[in-house]
Amino acid sequence: MSAGLRAPVRAGERMPAASPRSPWPARLTIGAGVLAAVLLQLLPFYITLTSSLKARSDLSSQWLPPFGPWSAGDVYWQNFATAIEQGRILQAIGNSALVTLCSTVLVCVLGALAAYPLARRPTPLNRIVFAMIVGLIMIPPLSILVPLYAQMVQLHAVNTYWGTILVMTATQLPLAIFLYTAFMRGLPVSIEEAASVDGANAVQVLFRVVVPMLKPVTATVVILTSVNVWNEYALSVYLMRSPEMRTIAPSISTFFATSSSDLGAAAAASLISVLPVLIAYLLLQRYFIKGMVAGSEK
Amino acid sequence: MTTAPLVGGDAVADDGAMVTRPKRGTGGLVPRFAGRGLDLLYLPALAVLGFFTLWPLLGGILLSLSDWNGYSADRAFVGLENYLRLFEDPNFRTALANTFVYGVGSTVVQQVIGLGLALALDRAVRGRGLARAIIYLPVLVSPVVMGTMYYLFFAYNSGGLNDLVIAFGGERTAWLSDVGAAVALIVAVNSLQFVGISMVIYLAGLQSIPTVYFEAARLDGASATQTFRHITLPMLQPAFATSIVLNLIGGLKLFDVIQVLTGGGPGYATNSVSTLIAKMYFDSQRAGYASAMGVVLFLIIAVFTLVLNTMLNRRRLEQL
Repeated sequence: MSAGLRAPVRAGERMPAASPRSPWPARLTIGAGVLAAVLLQLLPFYITLTSSLKARSDLSSQWLPPFGPWSAGDVYWQNFATAIEQGRILQAIGNSALVTLCSTVLVCVLGALAAYPLARRPTPLNRIVFAMIVGLIMIPPLSILVPLYAQMVQLHAVNTYWGTILVMTATQLPLAIFLYTAFMRGLPVSIEEAASVDGANAVQVLFRVVVPMLKPVTATVVILTSVNVWNEYALSVYLMRSPEMRTIAPSISTFFATSSSDLGAAAAASLISVLPVLIAYLLLQRYFIKGMVAGSEK
Repeated sequence: MTTAPLVGGDAVADDGAMVTRPKRGTGGLVPRFAGRGLDLLYLPALAVLGFFTLWPLLGGILLSLSDWNGYSADRAFVGLENYLRLFEDPNFRTALANTFVYGVGSTVVQQVIGLGLALALDRAVRGRGLARAIIYLPVLVSPVVMGTMYYLFFAYNSGGLNDLVIAFGGERTAWLSDVGAAVALIVAVNSLQFVGISMVIYLAGLQSIPTVYFEAARLDGASATQTFRHITLPMLQPAFATSIVLNLIGGLKLFDVIQVLTGGGPGYATNSVSTLIAKMYFDSQRAGYASAMGVVLFLIIAVFTLVLNTMLNRRRLEQL
């Protein structure tokens, strides 16, 4: 049940679990299976890439690259221009960046603050509070869509940054509190006691002693929250309805909604929207997978 | 945490000497400096959660007992009428059935492929780091974007899937207009997108099995199949629990992919409860009715989570 505190398992530290050496037909089958899975996972990206670089009049197969003897014309860049100019993709990326940044900061600050008393004061009341917060992790967004949207309309919070930021914060906060609490419970209380003996009050202990030790779990929370908010669709598609406020995921779906769905531009927009996450993943791959696993062990 | 309390039992709530007090069942100690005032720190988080999650949750129950179009001032209390209507509504019954198909179908596919890939990649094969990273990549993509990418692939006229089918002598098919095919493809897209999570959970599970077990089995002359059945599988119990609960909840909540691939159509045939809620509220202005569906969706997820967690945890205990 404990998350976040698992020692990372590094490759090469141990022998593989399976038998010493499988015969070559078995190894070939396994290799082929893995290769098939890898190609299958790359398939949607490849198809999207070729589609995004072809004009609508280019009827060559999606399997073929947009150049070469089968291609009707040259590589066609206009889809990206359409996505940016008509689809307002860059504006949507800006909106998403703002919402993601603000909600991630709020989730980390509110989450770490909330976790401290829940980790260090397991009174009956606090245990109920903690159980309730953990229960909120699994709430499906659509189950509260109707009352939440009605409430946001009353508050004039639809099509506002602050409204969406607060809703996104609320959706991500329960898991963050859970992760922070689990992590803090694993920290030795003696360090905090020592600081207290030296005359620090509870707030000083928290900010001077505990907060500096939270880096690993904060990395996990930042990755989980920012990826989830960046990709969020179910609530933000209704909360950010005007074209200039739209965030990235809802704006991709607008290429279908219009009567003449422009698939080339949808492909281009999809690729642009994936790019920031992809770059972050390439740079921080180890943290991503580790963080996601920690987030799943609740 | 073996530090003995300086003063046993209930310490007097006074400032002064450092006193720690053991608490039953927590495994930890309540430090003396952590006074009641510390609880104030969770109030900001509770305020946000209360206002944007708990309040709507309760409000949804109230709304589900009323007849309301979503914007006008008049809202009539109708008792349980919305709930009674739910079970006679063929569209809701379809959505409910689909929700289970999406949930259970995705869970099965993800366990089979995820465990298979984990077992394959747990060995020292060349390029396994790269393979793992690529198989995991779709997890980070928004399901809406993933749906869009596969929508291109399933397209009737220029889609890559039809090119493939025709190359093998098949017929051009409108995949997303055929209910059976559309439901299967939705399950497939969702499963493939998140199979990386299952794979990573099983890999972590495999790597946490102490090597001595396998060495002992080898010394005792156990075959590969026996080792797998009697050591690997039982030791993976916690990983099974984590992965199954996560995949099942993800599948039961499914919304984004359906919206992009089929929009719930043809007709109402591929809706999940989630997509039907959005349709009822925003297209049909039946806010009360949609709220009742929301309450049912919440209950389904809650019951599944509780039952599975209890079941899988108990089995986990029996294994140890």
